[in-house]
Amino acid sequence: MSGTYLGMPAFPKAAHEAVRDETLRGNLRHATHTIRAKRAAAVAEVSDWALLREAGKRIKDHTLRHLDRYLEQLEASVTAAGGTVHWAADAEEANRIVAELVKATGESEVVKVKSMATQEIGLNEALEAEGIRAYETDLAELIVQLGKDRPSHILVPAIHRNRGEIRDIFRREMSEWGRPAPEGLTDTPAELAEAARLHLREKFLRAKVGISGANFLIAETGTLVVVESEGNGRMCLTLPETLISVVGIEKILPTWQDLEVFLQTLPRSSTAERMNPYTSMWTGTTDGDGPQTFHLVLLDNGRTDTLADEVGRQALRCIRCSACLNVCPVYERAGGHAYGSVYPGPIGAILSPQLRGTESEIDASLPYASSLCGACYEVCPVAIDIPEVLVHLRERVVEGGPATREGNKVVLKPAKGHAAERAAMRAARWAFSHPGVLRTGQRVVSRTRRLHPRTLPGPGRAWSGSRDLPTVPAEPFRDWWQRTGGGKGGAK
Amino acid sequence: MSSRDRILGRVRRALADVPSDDVPYEQAVQRDYLREHGGRSIEETVDLLADNLADYRAVVHRTTMDELADVIGRLLSERGSNSVLVPSGLDAGWLGGTDAERVADRAESSPGELDALDSVVTGCAVAIAETGTIVLDGSPDQGRRRITLVPDHHICVVRVPEQVVPSVPQALERLDPTRPLTWISGPSATSDIELDRVEGVHGPRTLEVVLVSGPPEARG
Repeated sequence: MSGTYLGMPAFPKAAHEAVRDETLRGNLRHATHTIRAKRAAAVAEVSDWALLREAGKRIKDHTLRHLDRYLEQLEASVTAAGGTVHWAADAEEANRIVAELVKATGESEVVKVKSMATQEIGLNEALEAEGIRAYETDLAELIVQLGKDRPSHILVPAIHRNRGEIRDIFRREMSEWGRPAPEGLTDTPAELAEAARLHLREKFLRAKVGISGANFLIAETGTLVVVESEGNGRMCLTLPETLISVVGIEKILPTWQDLEVFLQTLPRSSTAERMNPYTSMWTGTTDGDGPQTFHLVLLDNGRTDTLADEVGRQALRCIRCSACLNVCPVYERAGGHAYGSVYPGPIGAILSPQLRGTESEIDASLPYASSLCGACYEVCPVAIDIPEVLVHLRERVVEGGPATREGNKVVLKPAKGHAAERAAMRAARWAFSHPGVLRTGQRVVSRTRRLHPRTLPGPGRAWSGSRDLPTVPAEPFRDWWQRTGGGKGGAK
Repeated sequence: MSSRDRILGRVRRALADVPSDDVPYEQAVQRDYLREHGGRSIEETVDLLADNLADYRAVVHRTTMDELADVIGRLLSERGSNSVLVPSGLDAGWLGGTDAERVADRAESSPGELDALDSVVTGCAVAIAETGTIVLDGSPDQGRRRITLVPDHHICVVRVPEQVVPSVPQALERLDPTRPLTWISGPSATSDIELDRVEGVHGPRTLEVVLVSGPPEARG
């Protein structure tokens, strides 16, 4: 996975700062609560939701268990339909392939459909270094690009911005990139969308190269599927002469029929709609309709390493709906940037450390960016047991052990910084098995409570850095119980 | 070693735990979910399509084959459309009620030329009641994918009840994956600003769906 976000502080530090940003928390609370209620209603309309969820899980699991076979079948069917298939082992190789394909067209600008895979590999920056300008055309991606910002949500990358902030960005930046914002632009969503329409239309109409990802790849037919709302996707997929799609190898479905599951579960889980406004499906090229040259770049970039982990591989079932972000109490307060990855929220907390490995500080911290409340598992339309994988990854961080990196088996060392936690747990185990010690300790703590610092010193500092220390009662519970007979005497 | 071989090799090593006699695809997936939700009559299915189209801000009209040309003519004149883009296989009679300039869908037209046109009229391949979706498959009465995208006003004619299916699974059964497919549910929309839905971004800002009924023999 690309180093775009490397150098990010670990999650506790980033979250510590984010939760103090009241605008951010307000924006997030409004957005996530809106979508939560709508999603529940959209799901309730479908009486067989549990069966669809189970079918989606099984289709994805089956595909992953035979991924080599389906990749070869897909390659053959895309080629037969007139497309060209490229294989990219990592971000660098994918970026190089795309840059060379663009250069071969003689063009120096491209229009882009919103795509997690191209963000993951840092494609825009790589193209920039080759003298190619990539225009993001999804409204939220445009806001992020113009604001020189980073996305903070899988589906709504500018969820951390409110309408006033968006208006300011448009007024300030649009003229640098093309058509300026209209005079007197207000902050109503309709006017902001209109400004984006005018700004982007001139780019769509002259674009010769489009770059996309895909939501699904159908192995038996070679069909690609892009699900979207605004029509910017359709513009990029049908107006240019050349189309380049960069897609993770886990996006395959075996058959055309499999779409009947995911086209029901994806829109309802992501935007809480019965169906998203636009879905485009193309199989190779069609004479006289749409791009006449089509390239598919199949991306590994850590996916095969994830596949090698028997517990963690279920993360590859993810269809990027973002329902888990919208219900997560940690995401709602910390925001997407704190996760230091294009994949924020609960799914990001298990996907990023698997795609990138747990060596960096941020990746070692991500399995802890959760309260393990399980809401993410409940809403996941492909039933990824995110808490199970979080716990599995925590164990790997603390204990080390076997893993796969770039196709090779390695043995990871325990991560630094967890020695204090291990020592504290050992001490707690001992204290709980020695009641006398526990009682004395509790009394001492109660009597000294006015002297307690607000943060812990020494090795405990890391723990208290992202948590408020609990206040200690004046009297330990067990003393109160003994003194009052469990409160029976009405004594206080 | 090529990246293709490297990736396939990594996949195979990663799957060393999967037994070679693993459950085949046909048995791995239980398809006990529903083929449609709720038992509806044909009329109720068409009503549901109309309701769901309208719920996502498509403008729905209902008429008979005899009056279709008048309805289309009225919709174009109410909109003030002077030019209308016409797929090659569209029934010429459908545009018998308008004076708007007819512009043929041609591969050579530039996107800029399409942008200068007011409206487009097409048929459809299938419509899905439960989701309020129309699907175009590039057949001669629907034209190229871009013609229903660039002009700001799209009139789509759906023959009811024969082009209407209740559900997504039933729509997929009817469609040919080798054709270029566009699924449309309401006009272009975004929820990117504070998750408020706004209709009309890059695609047509107005989608009018004409549900046309009538005996098949009256349809020429």
